[in-house]
Amino acid sequence: METEHSQRSAHLPQIAETRNPGMDLDMQWVRAVQANRSAIERRAASLPGRRSVKKAYQAAWLLKAISCIDLTTLAGDDTPGRVRRLCAKARQPVRADLLAALGVGPVTVGAVCVYHDMIAPAVAALDGSAIPVAAVSAGFSAGLSPFALRVAEIGESVRAGAREIDIVISRRHVLTGDWQALHDEMRAFRDACGPAHIKAILATGELGSLRNVARASLVCMMGGADFIKTSTGKESVNATLPVSLVMIRAIRDYHARTGIRVGFKPAGGISRAKDALVYLSLIREELGRRWLSPDLFRFGASSLLGDIERQLEHHATGAYSAGYRHGMG
Amino acid sequence: MNIPEILESMEYGPAPESAAEALAWLVDQGDRFGHFIDGAFTDPGEGFESRNPANGEVLALLSQATRADVDAAVAAARKAQPKWERLGGPGRARYLYALARLLQKHARLLAVLETLDNGKPIRESRDIDLPLVQRHFYYHAGMAQLMEQELPGARAIGVCGQIIPWNFPLLMLAWKIAPALAMGNTVVLKPAEYTSLTALLFADICRQAGLPKGVVNIVTGDGAVGEMIVAHPQIDKIAFTGSTAVGRRIRQATAGSGKALTLELGGKSPYIVFDDADLDSAVEGLVDAIWFNQGQVCCAGSRLLVQEGVAEAFHDRLRARMDRLRIGDPLDKSIDIGAVVDPVQLRAIAAMVDANTAGTTYRAATDMPAGGCFYPPTLITGLSPADPLMQEEIFGPVLVSGTFRTPEEAVMLANNTRYGLAATVWTENLNLALDVAPKLAAGVVWVNAANLFDAAAGFGGVRESGFGREGGWEGLSAYTRPKGKARALARVDPFSGDGAPADPIDRTAKMYVGGRQTRPDGGYCRPVWGRSGALLGHAGQANRKDVRNAVEAAQGAGGWAASSGHQRAQILYFVAENLSARAGEFARRIDAMTGRRGGEKEVEASLQRLFAAAAWADKYDGRVAGVPIRGVALAMNEPVGIIGALCADEAPLLGLVSVMAPAIAMGNRVVLAASEPFPLAATDFYQVLDTSDVPAGVVNILTGSHAGIAPPLAAHLGVDAVWSFSSRDLSGEVERAAAGNLKRTWVNDGKARDWYDPDCRPFLAAATEVKNIWVPYGE
Repeated sequence: METEHSQRSAHLPQIAETRNPGMDLDMQWVRAVQANRSAIERRAASLPGRRSVKKAYQAAWLLKAISCIDLTTLAGDDTPGRVRRLCAKARQPVRADLLAALGVGPVTVGAVCVYHDMIAPAVAALDGSAIPVAAVSAGFSAGLSPFALRVAEIGESVRAGAREIDIVISRRHVLTGDWQALHDEMRAFRDACGPAHIKAILATGELGSLRNVARASLVCMMGGADFIKTSTGKESVNATLPVSLVMIRAIRDYHARTGIRVGFKPAGGISRAKDALVYLSLIREELGRRWLSPDLFRFGASSLLGDIERQLEHHATGAYSAGYRHGMG
Repeated sequence: MNIPEILESMEYGPAPESAAEALAWLVDQGDRFGHFIDGAFTDPGEGFESRNPANGEVLALLSQATRADVDAAVAAARKAQPKWERLGGPGRARYLYALARLLQKHARLLAVLETLDNGKPIRESRDIDLPLVQRHFYYHAGMAQLMEQELPGARAIGVCGQIIPWNFPLLMLAWKIAPALAMGNTVVLKPAEYTSLTALLFADICRQAGLPKGVVNIVTGDGAVGEMIVAHPQIDKIAFTGSTAVGRRIRQATAGSGKALTLELGGKSPYIVFDDADLDSAVEGLVDAIWFNQGQVCCAGSRLLVQEGVAEAFHDRLRARMDRLRIGDPLDKSIDIGAVVDPVQLRAIAAMVDANTAGTTYRAATDMPAGGCFYPPTLITGLSPADPLMQEEIFGPVLVSGTFRTPEEAVMLANNTRYGLAATVWTENLNLALDVAPKLAAGVVWVNAANLFDAAAGFGGVRESGFGREGGWEGLSAYTRPKGKARALARVDPFSGDGAPADPIDRTAKMYVGGRQTRPDGGYCRPVWGRSGALLGHAGQANRKDVRNAVEAAQGAGGWAASSGHQRAQILYFVAENLSARAGEFARRIDAMTGRRGGEKEVEASLQRLFAAAAWADKYDGRVAGVPIRGVALAMNEPVGIIGALCADEAPLLGLVSVMAPAIAMGNRVVLAASEPFPLAATDFYQVLDTSDVPAGVVNILTGSHAGIAPPLAAHLGVDAVWSFSSRDLSGEVERAAAGNLKRTWVNDGKARDWYDPDCRPFLAAATEVKNIWVPYGE
């Protein structure tokens, strides 16, 4: 079962990579960061026309995308039953006959992402699958509850079995330029996570400028983030290619200077297989092959999987598919 | 590779665009092409093969045009032109609109054919060339529609001979044909012999649009066909895009022929990166600058200048980026760099790079295709301006690089070139960007971007990158001329005589150089006689050293260009004021020299001209072009630089003032050769200049033989433009000598000018260059 082992262990960064220990806030570095919006938008706009994957390559890339999905439900009406259904889909995201037709073994998604109260049912439903449970935490999604409570919430979620914690940063620290406060906050959240991995959600739609996105990315990495993530999914503007480009360039810069690989998670608004391919090619172009793996890249998405399943069936059969042919999550 | 293997490698795999439709189109045409003349294809004749540079395969057989073919094409264009012009702007607009629509409908076919023929990646032909081609026709459909209201004094030039290069075959065709047709011209176009196929498909599209026969004629062949077009007596205007060497030959060949000429030539465009730039974006910008179209781009940002403090970090990022470029089959949708156009060009690139021993050469660590014309992305760091590769255009995917310390040094290094096509500036500091951009010797400047093009913004160069603009309102002047018919200019000879001096006290008329009254270097003077034979005075005979000294003085007065329009207006008004105070004396002087009674009127007109130029000094505004980006393209009018002019013989004061006043109003410095037969109004006039706060060196006045002054002035490599209104037949000589540094020329071709026409604008236009500065913005 070697394949299964490597697949199972691929999800969490610590298996292959040194965890990001963080570093003291380096304001000289932070201040030097620039992000030219027009140039970044041009690059983002030309990328989909610069790379294309077809046929078997496209099928493989889509399977890769599935393995990088944080299958997510963050609704006020979530119930244990709803979460169990999602977890069942996480275990078998693609119909077995399609996988057989494509000539590949079992696949799973990267993680299941839920609110704190849904951790326990999710952990139970995923028992034995090696799929980690991720919890949004620290006063998600506004991040404006008392600081002590936000830290305590992280601890609770880790104790409840979450192996990944998605926290939101305090946007006000970015908007007021209080980088030390952001660094301290990130550090405190990271410490509260203990062994669980921490994804720092920048809520880029609320940061005002790409330059702020670049600087916040860097400060969060200095504060020890294992992943940086674009959005809660609750802002009016979620993941975009320009914002993603800024963040992954920050990741590249951090790696170049420290040797540490930090992961990236675009979240919100990615619902088409084609979008997923563009994101994967963006990662491949700007960060390289190593990042195309669930330990360093995740999609935060709820409806993306459905579109990918339909594309895979099209690849396997040559006929365009229909949604009801694939099991619901 | 099976899917589990691909999951490991995560390679892109092949993603070929199908060539089937384009190849089928070639087969439908019989794989052989004649020329498109008078609305029909001729039978294929003797010719040559058109090959796909990516794999060497023959795509079609093309015909080499004979003299008879060129004659037939020109005759068809000549015959069609009057009716096409009379059709009127709105009528022509409909055809241009139809062409735009058809180009859109056949966009993919054209893109694939372009890639097959030229070797450029399908992404570029599909996403860049074709959209710009369509845009150019739409934009100029609009220009045709507006011509009669907006350009009431303009009409078509006539038959245009257009010769285009192989790097953007269809796009350069669009840049040439759309404005020419919009303004009522007809054309004979020759595509490059490597890349004629899309032009022939365009000919087919002209038929589909129902374009009247003879309006567009396309002849194929090599440079010999181009020479036939250039030399053809029935062609009124030549437009050429290509190398500076060929452009120079065309300038020489057309000299004195009366043909209008615009040239868009080579470049070695600087790409300046300041230490506060978004370095990752600046690296990506270089991909668009030098690794666009295999670097075969006249305005390629091929000369990287990086501020010292960030140079190492920047080069590191750049090399990493180069390694990710994908080079290979141009029809593959995941290819960044396709094939160089031809083995000849590939050898030329390799030879230049191999001959270089300076600096450090880095070749991208990227997989190279086994066959075909491919050259790897290359970076040569550590070069200095003295190294040949920092000066010579490579026209391939090769970037050379040096460093600078300060913004001032960046500008000096950037301008240390014979070329002046484009420039790029990367900085997040708006103050710096907008300070540096106007100082760069270039027709186009991109701030935090590279290779942005649009029909609404003029494109073209300064210095040896050629003259004329394509696109925008400024581009229309390349395809229009003033309405009305000019009469021939009679030669005006000096009077002779042996009478007594008219003035009891001998007055010594000197020349005026660098704000000083100077004696002629050669020490010779010539008597100036009145009509009745009285001796009016003596005037110096300028020789080549006087020309040299005058240009040197003008070079020293560069600060004039930086003075404000308001300041220049004040000085022009002051000149007028001081001339007015001596109006009677000047009128008598003019009458005495010319033997007529028009002096008073001429002085009054000269005063009006000074006032008009002063009025324009702060009003000849640029504009903001409506380009489709979030940002502005500033079309700024800049002074040409140093203008040498042979002034009118027949109007000794007004001819000189009409040239001088608009030229200096726009910030130029001038070297003026006074009326040859009647020089004394000009020598009196320098006293007026002397008392009017005109800075030394801004206006320099020489006297003597135009035939003697013209050659050194027109050939002087430090002079940026030369004008001739002499009644001596010097137009050809001036244009020929001007080819040395491809200076702008304006000559009378032996035609008279109405110096009493109060409109300064032709002079203002000739005294300015439009620089388009693209400033994308957004935080």
